[in-house]
Amino acid sequence: MEFQAKELFAKHGVATTLGVVAETPEAARAAAEEMGGVTVVKAQVKAGGRGKAGGVKIAKTADEAESYARDILGMEIKGLTVNRVLVTPATPPVEEYYFSFLLDRSNRSHLCIASVEGGVEIEEVAKTNPEAVRQIRIDAIEGVTPEKAAAIVDEAKFPAELRDQAIEMVQKLWQVYVQEDATLVEVNPLARLEGDKLEALDGKVSLDDNASEVRHPDHEQFEIREEADPLEAKAKDKGLNYVKLDGQVGIIGNGAGLVMSTLDVVAYAGEAHGGVKPANFLDIGGGANAQVMADGLDVILNDEQVKSVFVNVFGGITACDEVANGIKGALEILGDSATKPLVVRLDGNNVDKGRAILDELNHPLVTQVDTMDGAADKAAELAHQA
Amino acid sequence: MSIYLNKDSKIIVQGMTGGMGAKHTTLMVESGANIVGGVNARKAGTTVELGGKELPVFGTVEEAMKETGADVSVAFVPPAFTKDACIEAIDAEIPLLVVITEGVPVLDTAEVVAYLEGKSTRMIGPNCPGIITPEESLAGITPHTIAGKGPIGLVSKSGTLTYQMMYELKDFGFTTAIGIGGDPIIGTTHIDALEAFENDPETKAIVMIGEIGGDAEERAAAYIKEHVTKPVVGYVAGFTAPEGKTMGHAGAIVSGSSGTAQAKKEALEAAGVKVGKTPSETAALMRAILNEG
Repeated sequence: MEFQAKELFAKHGVATTLGVVAETPEAARAAAEEMGGVTVVKAQVKAGGRGKAGGVKIAKTADEAESYARDILGMEIKGLTVNRVLVTPATPPVEEYYFSFLLDRSNRSHLCIASVEGGVEIEEVAKTNPEAVRQIRIDAIEGVTPEKAAAIVDEAKFPAELRDQAIEMVQKLWQVYVQEDATLVEVNPLARLEGDKLEALDGKVSLDDNASEVRHPDHEQFEIREEADPLEAKAKDKGLNYVKLDGQVGIIGNGAGLVMSTLDVVAYAGEAHGGVKPANFLDIGGGANAQVMADGLDVILNDEQVKSVFVNVFGGITACDEVANGIKGALEILGDSATKPLVVRLDGNNVDKGRAILDELNHPLVTQVDTMDGAADKAAELAHQA
Repeated sequence: MSIYLNKDSKIIVQGMTGGMGAKHTTLMVESGANIVGGVNARKAGTTVELGGKELPVFGTVEEAMKETGADVSVAFVPPAFTKDACIEAIDAEIPLLVVITEGVPVLDTAEVVAYLEGKSTRMIGPNCPGIITPEESLAGITPHTIAGKGPIGLVSKSGTLTYQMMYELKDFGFTTAIGIGGDPIIGTTHIDALEAFENDPETKAIVMIGEIGGDAEERAAAYIKEHVTKPVVGYVAGFTAPEGKTMGHAGAIVSGSSGTAQAKKEALEAAGVKVGKTPSETAALMRAILNEG
């Protein structure tokens, strides 16, 4: 979110105005009173187009700030509820530019995008005036040296009187990108204020989860728990790789690719069964033991939309008998709270032993089907009938 | 024949003495792969018995190569140290480096990929199952028991879909199956593998498995149209993935309208690739091609 991006900007010396985050209209009022003069009240959600959605207002007085905050808090922008606003002193820009560093997957490197036409979505500028959008490739080893920063500023055609300031800001934004392990650092608008001061008026930073895990324990503070789906939050607490979707067939599988594929196969099968869809993504990886399986089932069975569950495991390194024992153990752990039918497809390493364990268990909720397509069809059918 | 890896490959393991490293070194030895040692600076000079084989531990990749003639390294090093391990292997000029580690910071991988430029090392991964040439060698974690030797070349972003597809086509078998990894930035790409399979006389047909995120499949499609004469069958996972959510693999994310499975499928089909809706349909398409030929 904007206020978090600005915190990172400030940490690395990028000129910006932090403002005050308010979760109530009263707090917004207090902040505006403290600042005095004209303020801007901005919705804080992880989405672009906040202005267009009515989530950004200029308040001439503290009264107005309070009333705008009342309108904006609770508003939905692109499906996200606004729980906080940022109040900042209004600093009307003389000119607005665009600047970003981002991961360039296609070229397996980093890219800088800069434009003297900012303040609007850069994709729009790229359509209407592609010449004004400059893309500069960054070498992943050299990074942004002072010379490179100067080359970027000149290439983007920032005004000569701002050149030195811009070069300094570009280097500091690169520090944000590298030192925080970001995959996107975007400033839009990068504003030229009265008196030729450059300032990051609004911004966005995306952080690399892998790097946050490895070397930025402090990045945890940027996670805003109340906005996560409750089932996703629960899964995360249990260390599960889970994404909630809008559907009726719960999915558990091993390996990201196989699970993605399972969702697709269920969606196709669902076409013949009242249009039922996959309810989630859940990859339990290689360690399909009883506890992991029980945790996974627990999350999925707590999804009220779920009518049936499809457990799809290909035993590569993992042996199917371990997985079958995992399912057996999970059903014991869950006891009466397991209430929805389970379709299980096991294949690969030790498949015969695995299937025999489930045959022997003969649990009323469990149906075994030998193929992925067949099992998907069965799970969709059961979800549709329920 | 095969690509990148064969019965003469001599393999060392970076991080052999760690949990994952020891477990999979054992499995590689048991598969018949020629594992010749490992690297761990703190345990240099000792030996470790894995899979019934006494394996020497060396201080550096360079030393291990000198002593054993190794030409492949498989890395199971924790993510925080993966960049340094890769650079060490590249500096030692190891011909093939297979990085299994999941969770490597993407800026580190970008740096390693830039470092590879002009060097003699080919890197596969990170976040991948590695490479298997059935009945000859295994550098990675792919189970060697799924399928044997045969005419199909397989390249995939996903490990489990590699296993699934090998299983579906086990009656035909594979020249080489390579998992290139699910991270946003990787060493060996679909295009590299396609080029190698095209040049491998024993590979008669190619299965290419992709997934949402990035534009690697679209680029591969353009490459196939221009350069690949062998039949290619494709599969793309993630049609039901919502925008903006990472689906397990760090690189598997649809951003705005880019990186969708539909766009990838269309690009592949436009290049003459038959694309299956499910793994089994994909296998059936390959089966039909091989039965004809």
